[in-house]
Amino acid sequence: MALKIIKNFARRIFNSIFGKKKEMSLGFYGPPNAGKTSLANQICQDWIGEDFGSVSNVPHETRHVSFKEQVVITNKDKKITFKLVDTPGITTKIDYEEFIKFGMKKKEAQKRAKEATEGIIESIKWIEDMDAVVVVLDATLNPYSQVNITIIGNLAARKIPILIVANKVDLKKADVKKIEAAFPEYDVVGISAKTGKNIDKFYEALFKLVK
Amino acid sequence: MVKKIKGLTLEFMPYSEIRDLDSGGRIKKILDVVLRGKIIVLQGRLRPDEETRLIEDTMAMIGHVKNFRGIELAVIGSSNGDSKFFQKLGQGVAKMLVGDTASMTIIGPASIVKEIKRNPKKIELMLKG
Repeated sequence: MALKIIKNFARRIFNSIFGKKKEMSLGFYGPPNAGKTSLANQICQDWIGEDFGSVSNVPHETRHVSFKEQVVITNKDKKITFKLVDTPGITTKIDYEEFIKFGMKKKEAQKRAKEATEGIIESIKWIEDMDAVVVVLDATLNPYSQVNITIIGNLAARKIPILIVANKVDLKKADVKKIEAAFPEYDVVGISAKTGKNIDKFYEALFKLVK
Repeated sequence: MVKKIKGLTLEFMPYSEIRDLDSGGRIKKILDVVLRGKIIVLQGRLRPDEETRLIEDTMAMIGHVKNFRGIELAVIGSSNGDSKFFQKLGQGVAKMLVGDTASMTIIGPASIVKEIKRNPKKIELMLKG
């Protein structure tokens, strides 16, 4: 673990001194149903005119790590090529009975739960390959969950640059200030991935993060 | 040290019990206790990589261990804000067990916490008792 952190850190330093990599791996991490795929979709629609993946109200819609390569984003006079990496939401518990509440049959719910557990393991394994990470949080929920703190703590320990997105600001209950107060050492951008609100601020913050 | 509060079993784990173990050993020790249906009050906290490993190992067990649906995890210390259920539980119980000096990690089976959440009065009564 320590060796990998040093290796990745050295790679980033090397790249920043001797030239840019062709692609920058940008991960979308966070708890389930925070809007990671919705944000990835918004970005892909903005820059390549297509969706990234399917979204749903049922938690754990994304159960495998997926990526979109060669996504070129420009901001002012700068241009960066990203590899967008969407990951399954990380949680400490998965109860198939929760899926049954959304109208699934028991077998289907159990299958979804199994895939979700595997997806979380996959998410965690991919962390070390990220050059930067966007942590997507649901701004209508309490940000002080241990999973949020664990994800951010883990990224920080690996010295991976972090941008926090407070998503769902189109909803009345959204409280961006609470997220800013919870993680004062990081930039927080309040957006709505669904409506595209403040997406320009997101791109600005993203370029500030990876400059 | 095991402290029973009217049916709810809390196991206090001093940091010295895991200090000399490697990450795998620490996680195994913690999950062994959680799988017995107990809530652990661990003095101190795990390293960030150990916390994620705990999540990974927990995920690997769901579906393989009967009725195991995961864990609730909360670290109560200087850097955390309010953490709902566990904070209330932790502050009360932790002060009782170890005083109020160190941060601590509380880990319990999700199914037990779900049951308590259904009836929060139950835990308040337990803590008062």
